Amino acid sequence: MTTSFTLNGSPTTLDADPSMPLLWALREVAGLPGTKFGCGMALCGACTVHLDGQAIRSCVTPLSAVASRQVTTIEGLSSKSAKAVQAAWIMLQVPQCGYCQSGQIMSATALLEKNTTPTDADIDGAMSGNICRCATYPRIRAAIHSAAQSIKASS
Amino acid sequence: MTIQSTHPKKPTRRAFIKSAGSMTAVALTVGFQWTGTRRAAAVPAPVGALFAPNAFVRIGTDNSITVIAKHLEMGQGSYTGIATVLAEELDADWTQVRVESAPADAKRYANLVFGTMQGTGGSSAMANSWTQLREAGGKARAMLVTAAAKQWNVPGSEITVEKSVVYHRASNRQASFGSLVASAASLPIPDTVVLKSAKDFTLIGQQPARVDVPSKVNGTAQFTLDVTMPGMLVALLKRPPLFGAVVRSVDSTAASAVPGVVKVVEVPRGVAVIAKNFWAAKLGRDALKVDWDDSKAEKRSSSDIMSEYKRLAEKPGISARKDGDAAAAINAAARKLSATYEFPYLAHAPMEPLDAVVKLTPSSCEIWAGDQFQTVDQMNAAKAAGLEPQAVSIHTLYAGGSFGRRANLGSDYIVEAVSIAKAHGADGTPIKLQWTREDDIHGGLYRPMYFHKLEAGLDAQGELTGWRHVVVGQSIMADSIFAGMIKDGIDPTSVEGAANLAYAIPNVAVELSTTKTGVPVLWWRVVGSSHTTFAVESFIDEAAHAAGQDPFAFRRKLLEKHPRMKAVLELAAEKAGWTSEPLPKGKGRGIAVAEAFKTYVAQVAEVTVDHSGRVTVDRVVCAVDCGTPINPDIITAQMEGGIGFGIGAALFGAITLKEGRVEQDNFNGYRVLRMNEMPKVEVHIVPSTEPPTGVGEPGVAPVGPAVANAIFAATGKRPSVFPLVKSGVA
Repeated sequence: MTTSFTLNGSPTTLDADPSMPLLWALREVAGLPGTKFGCGMALCGACTVHLDGQAIRSCVTPLSAVASRQVTTIEGLSSKSAKAVQAAWIMLQVPQCGYCQSGQIMSATALLEKNTTPTDADIDGAMSGNICRCATYPRIRAAIHSAAQSIKASS
Repeated sequence: MTIQSTHPKKPTRRAFIKSAGSMTAVALTVGFQWTGTRRAAAVPAPVGALFAPNAFVRIGTDNSITVIAKHLEMGQGSYTGIATVLAEELDADWTQVRVESAPADAKRYANLVFGTMQGTGGSSAMANSWTQLREAGGKARAMLVTAAAKQWNVPGSEITVEKSVVYHRASNRQASFGSLVASAASLPIPDTVVLKSAKDFTLIGQQPARVDVPSKVNGTAQFTLDVTMPGMLVALLKRPPLFGAVVRSVDSTAASAVPGVVKVVEVPRGVAVIAKNFWAAKLGRDALKVDWDDSKAEKRSSSDIMSEYKRLAEKPGISARKDGDAAAAINAAARKLSATYEFPYLAHAPMEPLDAVVKLTPSSCEIWAGDQFQTVDQMNAAKAAGLEPQAVSIHTLYAGGSFGRRANLGSDYIVEAVSIAKAHGADGTPIKLQWTREDDIHGGLYRPMYFHKLEAGLDAQGELTGWRHVVVGQSIMADSIFAGMIKDGIDPTSVEGAANLAYAIPNVAVELSTTKTGVPVLWWRVVGSSHTTFAVESFIDEAAHAAGQDPFAFRRKLLEKHPRMKAVLELAAEKAGWTSEPLPKGKGRGIAVAEAFKTYVAQVAEVTVDHSGRVTVDRVVCAVDCGTPINPDIITAQMEGGIGFGIGAALFGAITLKEGRVEQDNFNGYRVLRMNEMPKVEVHIVPSTEPPTGVGEPGVAPVGPAVANAIFAATGKRPSVFPLVKSGVA
C-alpha cells in the first residue's frame, strides 16, 4: 500500500505498511537515516521531525497520518531559522555522541519558527521532551539563544 | 549512496604501505564500498598516493591528513583529542585533518593502559595515546622535513613547518606536505624524535573544533543504526523475562505469518525474529510466543537483595585497606558517628539502543558496531561463530553514547548478532541486530546495587581518629575474562574511591563483602567512584557537621598530602564563592571532591528544596585537574555532561526488580535528566603540564554527593537512600 506526501519539499510516495511508524518509513523506505530511534514511545525526542511545521515524534506517528501533508527531516532543513540553529550548534560545539542532535535541532528549529525571542522557560517547554544522555543541555540552551539573536540581527 | 570504509581493506595495509614506500605514484584505491553508509570524517576522503609512516597517520598528495583513531568516539571527544596531539607534533593544518577509526588489531592499536588489548574505557584514551601519537606525528614531520631538505639541498635544521607547509626561509622556498609525500615515503622512519615543549604548542591547550560536530549537526554522522547494505535483514531478539531463564518451547506460527518476517531462529540468548525491516521484525517479535524455563532464574526482588546486603554489612568483610586499628580508635573516640547509604542498580541507557551488523560466512565474520572493546569482542565473536579471532574484522562506527555499556566483557550484543547470523545459515547475508529501548532497560549489565556502612570517631577537638567503611555488592569482574584482576578477594572496581581514601585519618579500615546475584552487572560511567565517592563524600560531610566545622575547611585540612586534590577543592570553593554563611531558607550549598582515573574534580552544588521537598539543582561549579589540558572546550563539555548524567542518577536513576522482573521499561519508568532539570554549570580547569589524564568519567563522581550535601544544608536532612526520590526528596 502506498502513502503520498511531501517529504523535504518533494512529492513522495512510499510503498509500506501504513501502520508503520513514520520513523521507520523515513529511515528504511525513504532512505533518510538522519532521524534517530531512541525509545519508540515519544519519550525521548530523538525521532523528531516537522509535520506541517510542527515538531512531532515520528516513532509514534503512523505513516498513514502524514498522507498529503508536509514532512521535513534533518536532511531537508533549509529555512533561515534552521540554518541559524545549525550554525549555532557548530559555533557552540553542542554535540557529544550526537545521536539525539537531529531531534534536538528539529525541536529547536520548530521553536524558533514560532517564537523568535524564546525565554529560558520557553526553551524548557519546547526542549524537555528531547533527552540527551550526554547532557549537552547547557549548550543547547545557549545555542538556541544564540540562533535567536542571529535571526534577529539578520532580519 | 556509496562511501568508503573507515579503514583500508584492499589492498592490505602492508602491501599498501609498501607500494606507497616505493613511490608508486599512481592513484591507489583505498577502502572498499558498501551502500548507504557514510564515513566518519569532516573532510573528504584523500585521493592519490599516500605517505603512511606508521599505523596512525596517512598524508595524501592532496594534503589531506588522515589520523587513524584507535579509540571509539562515543561523545567524549576522543577523535578530536587523538587528532590534536598527532597534528600538534606534525605541525599540521587542522582544517586538513580527518579521522578514521582503526581496524580491530591489538598488535598495532592496543590501549597501552590496558596492556595488550584494544579498547576504550577508564577515561584512558588521551593518557595512553599522548606519547605514542605525539611521536607518530613527530616522526612523520621529521620525514617530511628530511624530504624537503634533500630536495632543496639544505640542512634540515634550517627548515620550519607551519600548518602543513614546509619552509626554508633563508632561500624563500616552501613546499606543501602533499608535494613531499612521495619522497618522504621512501625515507627510513627515524627511531627517535624530539617532542615539542609545552610552550611551543599551537593546538594542544587551544580549542580545535571537534572533527565530528559538522556531521552530527546535519544528520550525516554514521552510527550503526544507519548501516544498510544490499540484502541486509533486521533482527530483534526476544530475551527471557527473568535473568537466567531459558527457552523451553517456541511457537513461531504467528510471528512467521507477519509480512516481511523471513525467519525465526533460536539462539543461546533467546529467540530472534529476522525480517526485511525493523517494523516487520518488531511486529513479528510481538507475535512470538515463547515458554520460558525459569527454574534457574533470579526471582528475588531488589529489596530482598538489599536486605541481604544490610545483614552482610554487619559482618566483617575482606580487608581492602587497613591503617592502624580503626575499630579500636572509633571505640575510644569522644564522639562516634555511623551512617549507611543505599545505591540502586543503574542502566546506562545510551541514546542509541545497542545494535550491531554482522556479515558471517563459514570462514569470516565482519562486524559493524559502535565497538568499545575490539579485542574482547573479536574473541567472543570468534567463539560464537566457531572461527579464529583473526577471522573477525570490526568496523568501529560512532557510538550513540555508551557510558560503559558497550565495553562489555561477554560482548552480549555482538555475540547475539553473530549467533543470529550463524543460525540464519552463515551465508554472508548482512544482519543488523537492533535492540529496542525496552531491551536496553531490561537487558542487565547494570551498575551494581551497593550498600555502604560507614563509622567514624572524632576526638574532643573534632579531629577524625578512625574511619571504617564496609562496601557490600556484586563484583563487576568476577566470572569474566577480567577475573584475574581480582586480588585476594578484592575486585578493585568495587572499592576504588573508598580504599584510596585521601583524607589524613590515622586509623582506616575499608572492607568488602562481595555478593552474587543472578543480575548481570557492568561498569557504569566512573565505575566504583559512582557509589564509593557518594558514600565517602556524604560521610565526610556528616563528620564535618558533627565536628562543628565548615565542610570545605574540614576537608581541606585533611588533604595536605594531596596537593592536586586540595587545589581543585580550593578552586571550586573559591569560584563558587563558598562561605560558611547559610544561603536563604530553602536553599543549600554542598561540596564534594574526588580523584578518579588520576583526574581530580571538585564540585560545589547549589540547590533549592521547595515546601513539598522537591529539589532543583540551580548551579554547579566544577574545578578539574586532568594534567595538560589538550582541548579545554572538550574538557568543559565532559564536565558539563558528567554533571548532568550524575545528577539524573542521583535524583531519579534506579533499576528495581520485583520477583526477578525489571520494573522499568523505557524512559518513563527509568527517568533521566531533562533540559528543565539541568543546572547552570561553570567549569574551571587547573593549568598543568603534567601528562594528561581522562575527562569522560571523573566529572560524574562528586556531583551526587555535592547535591546530597547541599540538600542537607538546605533541610537538615541527610539523604541516605538513593536515588533521592526514595529519600523523600526530588
